[in-house]
Amino acid sequence: MMGKSAYFPHTDEDIRVMLDRIGVASLDDLYADVPQECLYRGEYDLPAAMSEQEVRDHFAALAARNLPLKVFVGQGAYDHYTPSVISYLTSRSEFLTAYTPYQCEISQGTLRYIFEFQSMMCRLTGLDVANASMYDGPTAAAEAMRMCIASTRKRDKVVVSADLLPHVLSVLETYARYAGIRLVKARDVLAELDAQTAGVLVPGIDRYGIVRDLTGFADAVHAAGALLVEYCDPSTLAVVRTPAEWGADIAVGDGQSLGIPLSYGGPYVGFIACREAYLRKMPGRLVGQTQDAEGRRCFVLTLQAREQHIRREKATSNICSNQSLMALWVTVYLSLMGPEGLRKVNALSSEGAHYLHDRLLATGKFAPAVEGPFLKEFVLRPLVDVPTLQQRLQDAGFFAALATEEGYVTFCVTEKHTRAELDAMVELIQSM
Amino acid sequence: MKYYDKLIFELSKSGRTGYSLPESSCPACGEALPAALCRSLPLDLPEVSEPDVVRHYTNLSQMNFGVDTGFYPLGSCTMKYNPKINEEVTAAFGGIHPLQPEATVPGVTEIYREMDRSLAAITGMAHFTFLPCAGAHGELTGLMLVREYHNARGDFARTKVIVPDSAHGTNPASAAVCGLEVVVVKSDARGLIDVEALKPLLGDDVAAIMMTNPNTLGLFEREVREIASLVHACGGLLYYDGANMNPLLGVVRPGDMGFDVMHLNLHKTFSTPHGGGGPGSGPVGVAERLVPFLQRPQVSGFHGNFGVIVRAYAYILMLGRENVRMAGKLATLGANYIKESLKDVYKLPIGSVCKHEFVFDGLVNDGAHDDVPGATTLDVAKRLLDFGFHAPTIYFPLLFHQAIMIEPTETESLETLDAFIDVMRRIAEEAARDPMILHEAPHNTPIGRPDETAAARQPILCYH
Repeated sequence: MMGKSAYFPHTDEDIRVMLDRIGVASLDDLYADVPQECLYRGEYDLPAAMSEQEVRDHFAALAARNLPLKVFVGQGAYDHYTPSVISYLTSRSEFLTAYTPYQCEISQGTLRYIFEFQSMMCRLTGLDVANASMYDGPTAAAEAMRMCIASTRKRDKVVVSADLLPHVLSVLETYARYAGIRLVKARDVLAELDAQTAGVLVPGIDRYGIVRDLTGFADAVHAAGALLVEYCDPSTLAVVRTPAEWGADIAVGDGQSLGIPLSYGGPYVGFIACREAYLRKMPGRLVGQTQDAEGRRCFVLTLQAREQHIRREKATSNICSNQSLMALWVTVYLSLMGPEGLRKVNALSSEGAHYLHDRLLATGKFAPAVEGPFLKEFVLRPLVDVPTLQQRLQDAGFFAALATEEGYVTFCVTEKHTRAELDAMVELIQSM
Repeated sequence: MKYYDKLIFELSKSGRTGYSLPESSCPACGEALPAALCRSLPLDLPEVSEPDVVRHYTNLSQMNFGVDTGFYPLGSCTMKYNPKINEEVTAAFGGIHPLQPEATVPGVTEIYREMDRSLAAITGMAHFTFLPCAGAHGELTGLMLVREYHNARGDFARTKVIVPDSAHGTNPASAAVCGLEVVVVKSDARGLIDVEALKPLLGDDVAAIMMTNPNTLGLFEREVREIASLVHACGGLLYYDGANMNPLLGVVRPGDMGFDVMHLNLHKTFSTPHGGGGPGSGPVGVAERLVPFLQRPQVSGFHGNFGVIVRAYAYILMLGRENVRMAGKLATLGANYIKESLKDVYKLPIGSVCKHEFVFDGLVNDGAHDDVPGATTLDVAKRLLDFGFHAPTIYFPLLFHQAIMIEPTETESLETLDAFIDVMRRIAEEAARDPMILHEAPHNTPIGRPDETAAARQPILCYH
């Protein structure tokens, strides 16, 4: 039997003093208003309490059971390098253990970095305003879909590109199904435009890694009275044409590619940016600049009349939290990278990906699948047995050649991968 | 805390860099993109060195209050201590891609399996989904499951969700996002759901009732079993909002109260850090008859906030079956101790024994005299900041005009609670003597009260 938890500061004497003040005899008496049949008297089917050393050893053993693999797959989660400074700063307890910055006088640290995050998302996308962050990219896309409905009149249809990443499509379908939104999935989205269409959601880079040409999209969508939403990979916005330049009204995506570790899918951070005209329809928290009575610049949560704690069922969304600490993660990353660093990340990733692409084709084990300009991610048509290919790669320590629903295989290269690793993978495949 | 006025953009100087990246080892491939697909907008990110970045964010952090800084008596938020071992053990899982085959991540799947088993044991539910990223996200997911359940039975007419007037704002908002209509049920004089007012609302159009128990007044809904019978009899389901689960941790299981669907806030009850507003995690548990629907709604991209789930698992292992029995009771002890120690100077509208939190309705003597208005709940909250405490949750629940909602949690010592009580009494004395001290508070923080009206009237949301 373990001793008392290190997290409970109460001595027996403390408990006695407190019970006396309250005027009850025992801790159980504090639950005298709970009906007997609600009280749980059985043994909790939980492990026995562990010491901290045992917990550490337990997790080390769990971690050791996972295969250590070098990741050459993207599909919405990208293995970019995370500078050491980020976890050092984000683990400062003043950031880590803080609550939502409702008490702005003692939360200027959080409020300032969120303001910086919003500003950086505006600069990356070229749009006017960005919020304090969403759960992840796919839920940000779902909220953008809801913004389209809310920003138009008597329209219930949203057209989404079938070439969006699969996990984005899944979440869009989920949100649409329950909210009564007619979701139309199409390859040629503009062909689906009609008077019921509230919005059109397209990828800037599709699930095959192809950088899309959105020329004419905004004009067509706006002519139909709908909004254009672009799903983007924010890391690539350093080099690809921005949502603002394409004429998009809303941009969404996942900030994971900005230095957040893969972490089996989370926590990541969604972002949503839009033209000022749609500001009042935006979900979630927003930080704004103001001043105090002495004229000192300061920051506060603002325009809260959109949010659930004020508007309840009439709020723009049910979201309460944001992924604040992950927004800090992205903000520190972008500060370190700057414009030049982020362009270099793209150049290194793209060079590696094109090198791998060409060498894989040269093995004769693959054929081209989807043609078009790409950066770090691409698909090929396999001419070998895919499960065997995947198993051989895995045995050699690579997670690569993930199959798509059409039977293509996807690869992704970032600045973390060396030419030696790429050569090793190619040689392995060549020998198959 | 000292005032620091910079934004990272203001440290920027052209030509300065803060990154360290390898040189290219692959042959240059020429321009990957045609010019028409390239960014032509300038990219105005900061150009700063690594030391600039470290010093800037360290300075920002020093304008922040956290659990490690001091006490948060923040009602409905459960700001308990965040154990450091939780952070340490999470780091080993950073490199795993979410689409890796399950066979390559047996350590990860065991964490999910053990968390499912542990949360089921603690709550009396059958199984959980871990996709929801926060409490409100869990509510939405839970209501989707409610709809799946009714639809699978061909029961398509259930479009209403009953929500008490004391509910968290997320409850009605989640119902609306899920395409359901909100019907409000009133609280009675005891602060509990008025069962007689509930009865006429029940019928074959009710999908579910959402309950928070203990409710936002910190009161246990003692008629919960009767309410469960009534709702079930009309064909509806019971949703449990786990935001207030902490006092029941180790004492009462939602499954035993009759709930069919629930969420937990791992960042409240299970000790993971709030991170300045997230990331959280809001796993949703269901009773056996809803298990077939559990995996259907894909509400987030991959597997939920895995990193948060790892931290909560570490907490459960540290507590174990022995200490879990004490967590809720000690939280409840602290709340009642504060309540009894302050009820002579702050108005206590409902005097019965509370659970993890309770609500005052402003000061007994607010000091109003002649032309000087009395001290409000906002004034009390702001004055607390001067003494090194976070403010309580204020003006919520909406049932009382001057609501002050206080929740201490089980990780605060008697000495901390006594220090808080002393300060709250001192503030009450100040209010009675000279409410201007409170009106002008805070005095000792990096900034004074901001002009929130100006912030909303002409919003500045982006640095220019």
